Amino acid sequence: MDLITIIFYFFAVLIVASAAIVAFSKNIMYSAFALLFTFFGVAAIYVLLNADFLAMTQIMIYIGGILVLIIFGVMLTTRITGVDIKSGLMGKMQIGITGIAIAILTITMGVMYSNVKWFVRDSQPLNDTISPIGRMLLTDYLLAFEAASVLLLIAIIGAAMIARRKK
Amino acid sequence: MGIGLTHYLILSLILFGLGMFAIITRKNAIMVLMGLELVLNSANINFIAFAKYGGMNIEGHVAAIFVIILAAAEAAVALAIVLNIYQNYKHVNVDEIDRMKE
Repeated sequence: MDLITIIFYFFAVLIVASAAIVAFSKNIMYSAFALLFTFFGVAAIYVLLNADFLAMTQIMIYIGGILVLIIFGVMLTTRITGVDIKSGLMGKMQIGITGIAIAILTITMGVMYSNVKWFVRDSQPLNDTISPIGRMLLTDYLLAFEAASVLLLIAIIGAAMIARRKK
Repeated sequence: MGIGLTHYLILSLILFGLGMFAIITRKNAIMVLMGLELVLNSANINFIAFAKYGGMNIEGHVAAIFVIILAAAEAAVALAIVLNIYQNYKHVNVDEIDRMKE
């Protein structure tokens, strides 16, 4: 077991455990805080995959932005200790059927993934990924980049319009 | 045997399954959003894993950046909608919200 393997399994267990808390916890506040560990573990996985810029982006945008927004949403809308899983017979049936279907899907896909001989090209790690990403954003993906900036502007204006208190 | 592409794919697969489970079975709209974030994260892991094992192809990183941008915009708009729903209904249970006008 080399160091990379140990680190990968540590963060994989962290991600899966905290994502399971997100999916199964009855307390929505626990779910929101478990999401923090999931995002952090995913950022660590990005580092293992030589994506340093994306790891920083993940921490800044997901943990610093989206998670704070979600926690605000939880605190503004919910009684913290409510059962929010669908209850009653329909709810139990729904949970059971969904769980079985997703388990079957996951196991099938996992077996498929294990059996496929992926074409893996050996890669030498780049020194930094920031300058290639920046060059690519301003050449090949310029249109998508500009569209994304317009989209963010529209999203800001739209969110402010929608959330504004009506007179 | 070291860590290969399959390990990352299976990790993201498990994350996807848990996210789908949260989206389908939860009643609270914000929990549905959290499940959505899990699914988007698993897609991002796939993008970057294929970017690395396809010969350090930087285009996967660019795609992941656009996913993160869309996730941020989606979270902002969705939470604004959820707050608006809460003002009208005093709860955010997605299975009881059945009219769009006030």
